[in-house]
Amino acid sequence: MSSVVYVAGLGVISAIGNNAAENFASLKNEQAGMGDITLLNTIHKGILPVAEVKLSNDELAALTGLPNNISRTTLLSMVAAKEALEDAAIPGFEGLRSGFVSANSVGGMDKSEDFFVEFLKDNNKGKLRNVFDHECGSMTEIVADKLGISDFMTTVSTACSSSANAIFYGARLIKNDMLDVVIAGGTDSLTKFTLNGFNTLMILDKEFCKPFDEHREGLNLGEGAGYLVLVSEKVAKTLNKQSYCMLSGYNNSNDAYHQTASSPDGTGSYLAMQGALKKSGLTPADIDYINLHGTGTPNNDSAEGTAIKRLFEPVFPPMSSTKSYTGHTLGASGGIEAVYSALAIKNQVIYPNLRFETRMDELPFEPETEFLSGQDIKHVMSNSFGFGGNCTSLIFSKI
Amino acid sequence: MAATVLHLYFRRSDMKIYIRSSACISAQKTFNNESFLSDIIEYTGTRVKAIEPDYKEYIDPKQIRRMSHVIKMGVAAAKQSLIDAQVDMPGAIITGTAFGCMEDTITFLTRVVEQQEELLPPTAFIQSTHNTVAAQIALLLQCHNYNSTFVHKGISFESALFDAVMMLNEQEADDILVGGTEEMVDASFKVLTRLGLYKRQPVSNLQLYNTVSKGTIGGEGAVFFLLSDKSSPHNLAELTGIKTLYKPKLLENAIVDFLKANSLTINDIDLVINGKNGDIKNDEVYNELNNSLFKKTPIANYKHLCGEYATSSSFALWLAANIVKLGAVPAAVVEKGLASSPKKVLVYNHYQNKYNSLMLVSAI
Repeated sequence: MSSVVYVAGLGVISAIGNNAAENFASLKNEQAGMGDITLLNTIHKGILPVAEVKLSNDELAALTGLPNNISRTTLLSMVAAKEALEDAAIPGFEGLRSGFVSANSVGGMDKSEDFFVEFLKDNNKGKLRNVFDHECGSMTEIVADKLGISDFMTTVSTACSSSANAIFYGARLIKNDMLDVVIAGGTDSLTKFTLNGFNTLMILDKEFCKPFDEHREGLNLGEGAGYLVLVSEKVAKTLNKQSYCMLSGYNNSNDAYHQTASSPDGTGSYLAMQGALKKSGLTPADIDYINLHGTGTPNNDSAEGTAIKRLFEPVFPPMSSTKSYTGHTLGASGGIEAVYSALAIKNQVIYPNLRFETRMDELPFEPETEFLSGQDIKHVMSNSFGFGGNCTSLIFSKI
Repeated sequence: MAATVLHLYFRRSDMKIYIRSSACISAQKTFNNESFLSDIIEYTGTRVKAIEPDYKEYIDPKQIRRMSHVIKMGVAAAKQSLIDAQVDMPGAIITGTAFGCMEDTITFLTRVVEQQEELLPPTAFIQSTHNTVAAQIALLLQCHNYNSTFVHKGISFESALFDAVMMLNEQEADDILVGGTEEMVDASFKVLTRLGLYKRQPVSNLQLYNTVSKGTIGGEGAVFFLLSDKSSPHNLAELTGIKTLYKPKLLENAIVDFLKANSLTINDIDLVINGKNGDIKNDEVYNELNNSLFKKTPIANYKHLCGEYATSSSFALWLAANIVKLGAVPAAVVEKGLASSPKKVLVYNHYQNKYNSLMLVSAI
């Protein structure tokens, strides 16, 4: 039960790159992925910036060997999950008990919303192949089938904390000795449904987002997928290379304050970070870098910042929100940021928080603004908070 | 591909997992009803709707108006489960749902299309996320503990149950609230009908298994359980084992292995609850098992009562737990055989021939 879970492989696709190496290069070169909307047919085109993956569905299909008429969410998932599994290169994978635990927030909505236009006019119309795979579980199933994983699969959906929860559910499947290997993370593509949803909440910035800045005005939506290959200690010993890091701590707590807004003192965030520290046996002073949830909305950053202040005072570790590069990728964000956290440990770096100018009045600290290499990074905390008060923190530790 | 299938052996050798309480909202009178499925409602059609309780007993009337069908059902079933268990604050809240909050999703999607993305109210979007039921329960209880939602088709509820069982095994929490919720709205019923899930002609739910044709009847419901590792005379039942199988090649062997892992054979099972749904293809596997492995075992069915839906196995678990508690099988569910005072009940369900699950329930 106390066994360690290792991170043996990484896979990521986002607006700043189609694989882990490209993502890392963009993080280092301070290249953000936001721009005008090109993929969605929406009235917000040219007004609201988004962080799109720079490949069409045809290109993603060609990369993955999947058909081009399925949900973009599935295609993104396949790219990153495949990269992660290949990166891990586990000897004798076929003989191990393997699982796929993936997260997403709206399933095949990108296709369903096309279907729905015709369906609304006439309930007997609309192409069924566009709605057939609407369920969140379909995304996971298609990718698991393609990867040849059948021992176990499931899908988590807890809004913006979805893939962080998928990662630690995966780790627990290993700790409970139910599986040897789990590919865990999440995926989401941009949809009109979510773009308009967030727009009704008036939390989308018309400029590129400025997380943790006093003058922040909201988030930019993004898309992508990120996965970790989690393995047991036994499997880790068989690998031909050293694992990236360990998943040493995790916690899921609920803010229980409001369906969408965070409590002013960040109760849920505080409990999640505190719980993850307790699980890992670490103290706040042990954390060398926090990859913030940091969406750029006034409410999130204030609540998260307040929770960090309460937990870490008086010494604050370096921190940044990589959503300043990728936008908020919702159900994928915990997975993408877990990959970045693992890369921070492997490369001993801290990523900058782009476009930061002014410290928030209420906080005694500010995010890192430069790419720092040659750092001593032993423990990284990654935060993912979402609708429904769902707050999850993960801690990754150097081996 | 690995040859094994996922087992959950309850690893702490001293550990038992108990179902302390269960509350079930379904198309039958299952909620707060003393008479255990003795007064069955007949429906004629291809869809059965859940009977709505008086929500005012559970939810502030101001909030009731804002809540969709699935949120209300979920919150009421969760709260009743806590009341029955005499637990104020659960150690975790875990739900399973394949489609999530369809009513709010359809409402928002309709407005996006009809109003061409302009002047949209946020409420439906806010409540459309799949974790809304679990979140609303947490909010009403002011519960800051672990909170998660699984959304994997026909094993959404089983995934949630796995999570709860692992958590008890890890001794991370006790008094875990776990449930399966699903709502059927007109749009989803229409789409699923066009996809061929339901029968083309109206059928009496009480004749569901005698109508040899394609399709089943659609259903919905919310069933919650309070799980604990503490023994108590108030416990309903013990959850002895759970296993899921994806596209199993040798199903019968897998069932035998599952029983063996629990030190049992089919002869030890007093009753099997099958997930038959009246669809000719869907029911093939049950008919085969009933003539082979389950040949001598009393058999019950349940989907004529609650309809087919992705988390209907939660209804079956509610049924199994109450059967072992009361020591009697309601006549309305019996297919064959007489199970007198059943102590061990096996639930076998599959969803669209892909996702299979086994749950083993024992008398305490």
